[in-house]
Amino acid sequence: MFDGYLLSILVWLPIIGGIAVLFASEKRVVRPLALVVSVLTFMFSLPLWTGFNPVGSAMQFVELTPWIESYKINYHLAVDGISMPLILLNTFTTVLIVIAGWEVIQKKPGHYMAAFLIMEGIINGVFAAQDAMLFYVFFEAMLIPMFIVIGIWGGDNRIYATIKFFLYTFFGSVFMLVSLLYMYSQGGSFAIADLHALKLEMTPQILIFLSFLIAFGVKVPMWPVHTWLPDAHVQAPTGGSVILAAIMLKIGGYGFLRFSLPMVPDASQELAWLVIFMSLVAVVYIGFVALVQSDMKKLVAYSSIAHMGFVTLGFFIFYPIVAQHSVDDVNSALAIQGGMVQMVSHGFISGAMFLSIGVLYDRMHTREIEAYGGVVNKMPIFGAFFILFAMANTGLPGTSGFVGEFMVILASFKANFWIAFLAATTLIVGAAYTLWLVKRVILGDIANDNVAALKDLNRREFFMMAVLAIAVIALGLWPDPLTHVMSDSISHLIEQATTSKLLTP
Amino acid sequence: MELVYLAIPLSALIGSMVAGFLGGKIGRKASHRATLTGVGIAFLLSLYVFQHIALGGNTYNGSVYTWMEFGKIKFEVGFLIDNLTSMMMVVVTFVSLMVHIYTIGYMSDDEHNWPKNSKAGNNSYQRFFSYISLFTFSMLMLVMSNNFMQLFFGWEAVGLVSYLLIGFWSTRDTAIFANMKAFLVNRVGDFGFLLGIAAIFTYTGSLDYAEVFAKLPDISNISVTIFSEKEWSLITVIAILLFIGAMGKSAQVPLHVWLPDSMEGPTPISALIHAATMVTAGIFMVSRMSPIFELSDTALNFILIIGATTAFFMGLIGVVQNDIKRVVAYSTLSQLGYMTVALGASAYSAGVFHLMTHAFFKALLFLAAGSVIIAMHHEQDIRKMGGLKKYMPITYWTSLIGSLALIGFPFFSGFFSKDMIIEAVHASHLGAAGYAYLMVLLGVFITAFYSFRLFFLVFHGEERMDDHTKAHLKESPKVVIIPLIALAVPSVLAGYFVDPMVVGDFFKGVISVGDSHHAIEELTEEYHGILGLVEHGVMALPFWFAMAGLGSAWYIYMKNQSIAEIAYDKFHWLYTLLDKKYFADEFNQKIFAGGALLLGKGLFKAADRFVIDSMIVNGSAKLVGWFSSIIRHIQTGYLYHYAFAMIMGVLFIMSWLIFGVKHV
Repeated sequence: MFDGYLLSILVWLPIIGGIAVLFASEKRVVRPLALVVSVLTFMFSLPLWTGFNPVGSAMQFVELTPWIESYKINYHLAVDGISMPLILLNTFTTVLIVIAGWEVIQKKPGHYMAAFLIMEGIINGVFAAQDAMLFYVFFEAMLIPMFIVIGIWGGDNRIYATIKFFLYTFFGSVFMLVSLLYMYSQGGSFAIADLHALKLEMTPQILIFLSFLIAFGVKVPMWPVHTWLPDAHVQAPTGGSVILAAIMLKIGGYGFLRFSLPMVPDASQELAWLVIFMSLVAVVYIGFVALVQSDMKKLVAYSSIAHMGFVTLGFFIFYPIVAQHSVDDVNSALAIQGGMVQMVSHGFISGAMFLSIGVLYDRMHTREIEAYGGVVNKMPIFGAFFILFAMANTGLPGTSGFVGEFMVILASFKANFWIAFLAATTLIVGAAYTLWLVKRVILGDIANDNVAALKDLNRREFFMMAVLAIAVIALGLWPDPLTHVMSDSISHLIEQATTSKLLTP
Repeated sequence: MELVYLAIPLSALIGSMVAGFLGGKIGRKASHRATLTGVGIAFLLSLYVFQHIALGGNTYNGSVYTWMEFGKIKFEVGFLIDNLTSMMMVVVTFVSLMVHIYTIGYMSDDEHNWPKNSKAGNNSYQRFFSYISLFTFSMLMLVMSNNFMQLFFGWEAVGLVSYLLIGFWSTRDTAIFANMKAFLVNRVGDFGFLLGIAAIFTYTGSLDYAEVFAKLPDISNISVTIFSEKEWSLITVIAILLFIGAMGKSAQVPLHVWLPDSMEGPTPISALIHAATMVTAGIFMVSRMSPIFELSDTALNFILIIGATTAFFMGLIGVVQNDIKRVVAYSTLSQLGYMTVALGASAYSAGVFHLMTHAFFKALLFLAAGSVIIAMHHEQDIRKMGGLKKYMPITYWTSLIGSLALIGFPFFSGFFSKDMIIEAVHASHLGAAGYAYLMVLLGVFITAFYSFRLFFLVFHGEERMDDHTKAHLKESPKVVIIPLIALAVPSVLAGYFVDPMVVGDFFKGVISVGDSHHAIEELTEEYHGILGLVEHGVMALPFWFAMAGLGSAWYIYMKNQSIAEIAYDKFHWLYTLLDKKYFADEFNQKIFAGGALLLGKGLFKAADRFVIDSMIVNGSAKLVGWFSSIIRHIQTGYLYHYAFAMIMGVLFIMSWLIFGVKHV
């Protein structure tokens, strides 16, 4: 019924709803209103899934209206199998954020909810935009609500964290803007599909690739431009951390698939080794760094970086595979699919981990691991959830955390034994930092009086934990529905990414 | 039949979920009934399946659902039910059922193990049942799998449950250290295992057993370069990687360190998980993969060395242990070594046969130890026991049966299975077989010695417990005794299946043995019935080694205690070495755990904090600060200056966009 406007609804409904929440005069209506808007948005995103045609790689739910005609910039929205699951992940997570902030946020709850709703709409725009300028506008606009969320509801050192966060990401995207303008100057169009077809010489391709690498690499974040993330997480309120980890990091990964690989395939191939190297550093090096963190949020933040390393590894490992074997090698699709599954799964797991830490923080007002111990004695239900999510974080089969890592490791073995070897070390290191966290926080005897006074999950918290637990297990036991919708789009992407479009001067 | 296969693991799972999710509401009785029903159904159906498959001569290989599919890739969840599987299913569900019954007695007063203010202790009884049923489900998924993905699922799922159960008494520091250690050491094994699976997928394009085995001839000649210069046979690489997984799960040196510590968990799970079933998963896996292992003599030699080393040197540690459970635990390590040796000698059937007999008698020994522990009010030091025979007759007799089976006394099950292994190693022509033979032979002496040292110290001689404990000594309740008796029966009788299982053709078509490896073939030729085997057995070295071990234990611990003291004084270095378990724990703690932390700290402080943050990020911020302090002079604070600059800027950009950009 709304098919023609579905994506616009998903972009504008939460934004308008957010503004309404912002100006709602009655304090009592703020929270229910926010919940209604987020749930409605989630409901509207479901037809995207049910109405999606997984056969073929064509863009679906297309909306195209001229926006700034003199520069041929269009309001052009559409999704394929790569962006559609990410939109659902976003609408799903936002509902949880609203629930998570329900009683916890006492300071200006209306502003808080509004910021997240507006952010939801903007992020939907990022995933749906088919015009590079539109993408860029959403891409930048997204920073504003996040900046506000950390800056107002953040911790003691929030100003440093917000500035660092903003400068880092802004620094990244400026280069992307220059690249987009350059490509416009060459092809006269900002339509992403046109940019996919635009032929370029090698030098500009390399420069464009590097600028995208900075822009998206900061977002992911990849080593060595990752240091903003732990600070941002530590200072952000729970909801901010969840959105940051579950959704915003994915925009970096998405950018590689939508921009880098198809727009500059020759440069991507040339420099794939660089991304693979950076990814492996993220997996191994960051794992060890996570081990020594004394702040729970920092630990999970570093763990996020390590897990996102699998995403970028999966997205670029197919170049060496294709170089050694054939283009239609199954491992290429396996690797990219694996990266995508890892993104969705990481959305669930890291979201759940940050929510769990939020549950503890709300009660104890500290994130220091040392302040805890024996939580399970007072919060057995919470303890069970925490151990489940921790196990998912270590990539236990049967949980979603396993699927993506398994696929990427399997595929990278085809490229090189040592790449698979280094990637697989996460099995040990990831388990080490996660289980050590569990041991120190959840297990053991009751450490102090503060822990002794803890109360188990209330209904609201139980609900959000249970929903995420179901998602984590469902995706782990049956990932086919997810891989099924992405399959054709990814085949198409591989075709684009392996077809040279070098312009010979 | 498909539904029956599906119902077997699921009934255990459903029981587990009922006890786990509803345990608090429905109470203790309903919870243990639910899990018992689940596992009971699984056991009965397993018997039915055994009858259909093993006796009926059928094999089933089919998929349950498609886990993931795209392009040419298809990962499925499915079952492969053949003789090996159906045997494992019966063993797993039988031992599990016995342990479930036993647990009713053993865990009945578990609230005493928890601090009063711990809510986690409230439903611990129900939770324990939920876990052991979940374990049964996971183990069944592992043995019933027809593909590597599901195998890995079961493999890690049993590891998860083991983690939960070792740390069951989560308020004890030792328990939560032990469970983390167990998981991490197993992960080291799984690391190799997963790479092995990846190698298989890379070269065969499939994870389905049947498809992989069918493609083996195509890849048997491929060699790969891993380290520069040296070429490795691909099959050797795959086999060793897979075996590293088995080393973790089946606790082979040097990945054995987790198993003794796992005794921190309640005794029923020591019997079920850390003796009878989970730890034998590695043995099962290698047997299942026999077509792969048979292609690499290098891998088989490697397996022989690891297994033989484990068999002897771990048994040796058992001699100096004083904790009743730890003695049995080291005995388990040693026996797992025996099974591994059998695999290396290509006598997979002998290994699996020993797996089966060991499951019965070792579960029995653990449960009997648990019965002693109940009577002793959770005292586990054998130096404080003694003379329990007259208080606990049934525990005594069943322990005797278990011990005799363990040392391989004629007519008891362990005799047949261990004899087969030793003979197979003797017949093997591999390079490492000589070393392995020596180790397993000496191991027989050691096994008999520590087993009966334990037996005499616990059940005979002086009553060394305090008066309070002595006054309360009594035989354990029925729910504890019945499983002991039920396990004692197969501990004696299971050995008589040596005919079909080892020298017969029970595993024909399931386990494949290469043409050049004829250990089993030779055993078959020499086999002339059970009595012939016994007759031959009592004339052979292993039997006399066992008798010597038993005799020495009797003499030293019953007759002449001074020998133990003299040996302790004279060979103090040896005692220390064994008491410290060859310093393996210290080494791992210092080098691996300490090294990882040091590395993490170094990377965090030096690279993340100093180079990236202090120098690059904040450094450039400072640079900008310095720059802006100069620029500041241009900023006048007058609005019209800014407006003017902005307009100029916009004009500039517009003109560049309009005139500078070439339109297509």
